[in-house]
Parts: sequence; structure tokens; C-alpha cells
Amino acid sequence: MIDRPGSFSLIWQQIRYQNKLFWRTPIAAFFTLVFPLMILVLFTAIFGNEAEPGGITPAQFFAPNLAVFSAVSATYTNLAIGTAISRDNGILKRVRGTPLPPWIYLAGRIGSATYIAAVSVVVMMAVGALAYGVEIPWGGFPAAVLAFVVGVACFSALGMLVAALAPNGDSAPAITNATLLPLAFVSDIFFRVENPPRWLELIGDIFPLKHFAIAFRDPLNPVLEGFQVHWGRLGYMALWGVAAVVLATRFFRWEPRASKEERAERQK
Amino acid sequence: MPAITVRGLVKTYGDTRAVDGIDLDVESGQVFALLGPNGAGKTTTVEILEGHRQPTAGEVSVMGMNPQAEGARYRERIGIVLQETAVERELTVTETLDFYGGVYPHRRPSGELIDLVGLKDKANARIKSLSGGQQRRLELALGLVGDPDLLFLDEPTTGFDPSARRQAWSIVENLASLGKTILLTTHYMDEAQFLADEIAIIAQGEIVAQGTPRQLVNRSAARARIRFTLPEGVVVGELPVTPSNVYDRMVEMEVEAPTSSLHQLTSWAMERSVELDQLSVDRPSLEDVYLELTGGRDD
Repeated sequence: MIDRPGSFSLIWQQIRYQNKLFWRTPIAAFFTLVFPLMILVLFTAIFGNEAEPGGITPAQFFAPNLAVFSAVSATYTNLAIGTAISRDNGILKRVRGTPLPPWIYLAGRIGSATYIAAVSVVVMMAVGALAYGVEIPWGGFPAAVLAFVVGVACFSALGMLVAALAPNGDSAPAITNATLLPLAFVSDIFFRVENPPRWLELIGDIFPLKHFAIAFRDPLNPVLEGFQVHWGRLGYMALWGVAAVVLATRFFRWEPRASKEERAERQK
Repeated sequence: MPAITVRGLVKTYGDTRAVDGIDLDVESGQVFALLGPNGAGKTTTVEILEGHRQPTAGEVSVMGMNPQAEGARYRERIGIVLQETAVERELTVTETLDFYGGVYPHRRPSGELIDLVGLKDKANARIKSLSGGQQRRLELALGLVGDPDLLFLDEPTTGFDPSARRQAWSIVENLASLGKTILLTTHYMDEAQFLADEIAIIAQGEIVAQGTPRQLVNRSAARARIRFTLPEGVVVGELPVTPSNVYDRMVEMEVEAPTSSLHQLTSWAMERSVELDQLSVDRPSLEDVYLELTGGRDD
């Protein structure tokens, strides 16, 4: 009788291993955890932290937005870059040569990214609450958690799609930065644009980031009473996620570009 | 049961036939070398056997299984040593072996593997701090972490300095003595000759010769080779024998019966009172056979 490790224990092992790698990659940890906190500190310093009459404080707006931004960095950006680099280094190819089922390897990466995203959201909201008086209405908590789950799933899938399409590990950061940063600006992550041009608003509406931010932010807004879950926005993010999964599955590669030897054999 | 049986294996990429009708039989416990120049089709063949690629045509059976169809049940019985070491640079040696070992049903303890490849001093060092040779030794340990019955070694010593190659060879010899079947690809003749029980020489996607190192040498080596320097004041036409090659003043003859040719030659030299400098008789080496069969291509 062969004693094969079970799927659950394999996924757990993978998550722990990926977490260990994350904490040993200071640059990823910095951009995911520290950088959004720096923005929170800067913005509250620049814009002050006075509530508008009948409204909320700037920190009450920034903290959940930046929590979403961290969660997206932890999933979309880190999965895209990390997976593409692992492919370049031949690690994905090695994994394919072991009995580890490929889906478990990818599930481990996504599980780890989700864990890091959760840590970064908790840190952001905790710093907001302790340092800037951000309120966390517990009634909205389940809806915010739901938005987190759907959003993280969607952006994990998008991260894997970028990993699938990126030619190599060097181009992955360019792709994620060139997409996430402009999108954050048109999605009201860093500040609310008053009366934006219609086309700008439309771009924000098309992509899932704005929906993620609103679906996470609104339940935590103490001014919005009798709040309902943003089912429409969650559904729209889920659609993006499903499309990303379909395309990523279609285009995902486990091997780096052909080695010198393989090129020689293919072209002699 | 043979460890590997391959019949009529073909792999094409567009119009290129990277592997063009290969048959192989590797016995269990054998060290089998696929020897050939770069671009000959070795890596493609091995990657099909590993299950990484689909063959275009032909039949492949490894330990009674189809590598493309069996998935995890096949992969838990093989070990793969990649051409380029592929591991997470931020993990330590022990962590890496623990991690990959954890996915196999039978794993060899990390400490044992570390001893086997001589990385005891580096057990807790991050991989990024290891030298190239140490990383290759870790790569060998990774090939063994699941206690495989069959080990694929793809160009295991390319880029090694001579002493690192000797070290790697002795590790492979150790493995062979444990009864593992080993399929080795290499473009170094001395490596194949030193390690392999059986060698298949592959060129342009086809096997051009196969046998034990000794059989291969004997194959074209029914002929011996006599060499000497043409004495001063003698032209080739004056020799009592017909040379097969002359370059500079080095005369080379390939002969069926070296004793009588040598007798003719030395008698003639004594009569003329000339000295045959650098006179030697030898048999072609594996290298000569290899160059003859592969047309000397090795770029």
C-alpha cells in the first residue's frame, strides 16, 4: 500500500512554502504591505483628516481603498510576477516532473497570495483605526469579507492570466504596473475625481478594481445606513474572474522558453 | 522487465524532424547513455520519456507505463535532474529537499541526500549562496528525493570543471551501484565511456550505433592505425605501404593486419637507414568512432 500525501496536506504544505518565500522576498513584502501604508500616511498628511459635514473623514475613505489596493498587489501583481519568474527559472517545469498535481501547486500559490492579501487588509484597517480613527461598523463586516473573497479570487485569476501571457519574468512587472496604477487612478482608489469626463468614468466601470473598492468600502462606511450587499458589482467581478480563469487555462505554460539545446533540435 | 522500451519514436517541430524513428531498450539497473552532438535529438527524446512532451508518432513504455498518460503514478517513480538547476534561491538546501520530498510517497530523508552529494556544510545555507557546482549537486539530490527507480540525467556535467566532473561521476557511480536505472544524455564521450553500461550514439534524430563502450570501439575498429613522421628526404611514393592520410609530415595508415604492415615498414626503414620518428600503433578510440558516426559535428 503506497502512502500518498493527501490533497489537503499538499495544499497546506504549498501555502506554507509560498508564504516562506514571500517573507524572504523583501521587495514584494515592501510593495504589498508597507507601500500602501505609506500612501495612507502621506494622504492624510496632505489632505488632513477632517470629516466633511455629514460625510466621512478622508482616512475613512482611503483606508478601505488602500486595503483593496494592497489585496490586489498581493494577488494580481505578486502572482503574475512570481509565477512568471518561477517559470523562467525552470521551477514550474520541475514541479511538472514531480507527482505533485499541477492544480495543487497553483492552488498553493493562490492560497498564499490570499493569506498575504488578508494580512495586508487587516494591517491597513488596524492602522487606520488606531492612528486615524477609522470606524469599522461591525454590521457591514460580513459584506466586506464577502467583497474581499470575491475580489481576491477575481484578481488572483487575473494575476495568473498575466503570468500566462507574459513572455518572461522581466515583462510581468511592466504589465502589472502599467495596468494596475492607471486603473487605480480611474477607479477612485487614491482620490475621488469630482465630475470626471464620461470616458474616464466608463474605463473605471469596465474594469473590476472600482467595483472591488466600492463593494469593500461601502459596507464599512458608517454614514451609509441600511446598507445592502453590492450583488451586481460582486457578480461583475466574478464574471471577470471566470473569463480570466478560462483564458489563463488556455494559455498557461509550464516551461521557460526553449533552451539552447531545444532550439538546436527544433531547427537543425 | 525492461525499464524503457521505445519503438519508432518520431517528434517533429514544423518541418524539422527532431527525433526521426528511434528504437531503444534499456534494461533495469542499467546506466544507459544517449550520446550525441548538440541538436541531435537527445533532449527531445528524454523529455518525451519524462512525459513533458507528446511524441508525434511511435510507442513509448517506461516501467510498463505510458509517460504521457499516467501522471502522478508515473512521476512518483522517476527522478529528473534538469540541465539547469531550477530551485527557489531564497530557500536553504534542507528546506528545498524537504519541500520536494514532501510530494512523494516514498521520500529519502534530506540529511541522507545531503551526505550523498557532499553538501553537509551547506545544509542550512540559502541556495543563492552556493557555487555553481554545489547547485548542480543539489540538483542531483533533487533527482533522488523521491527514491526513484529510474533517474534521468540530462547533460549532468555540462559546464563543470574537471574536478567537479569527477565528483559528479562518482556520485552517479554510487547511484548505479544502488541498482537504479539511469538514462544519461551527454555530448562528452569520456563521460559516456566512464559511466555507461550501454551507449546509443544519436545524430540528426537517429540512432547511428549502439552497444557497450567496448562493442562500439570494436565495431569500426577491426582496423588498427599506424602513425609515424615521414623521414627527411623521403617522399610518400617511396614508402613500401600506401598511407590513408598524410598531414604535414605525419603519415597515418589504417590496416587490417598491423603485424605484417609494420614488418614491411620497419624492414624498409632499416634498409634505407632512416628513422621513423613518433612511430605508434593504436586502435581507434570511442572518440574516433563517435566523430566518424556523427560526421564530427559538435557545435
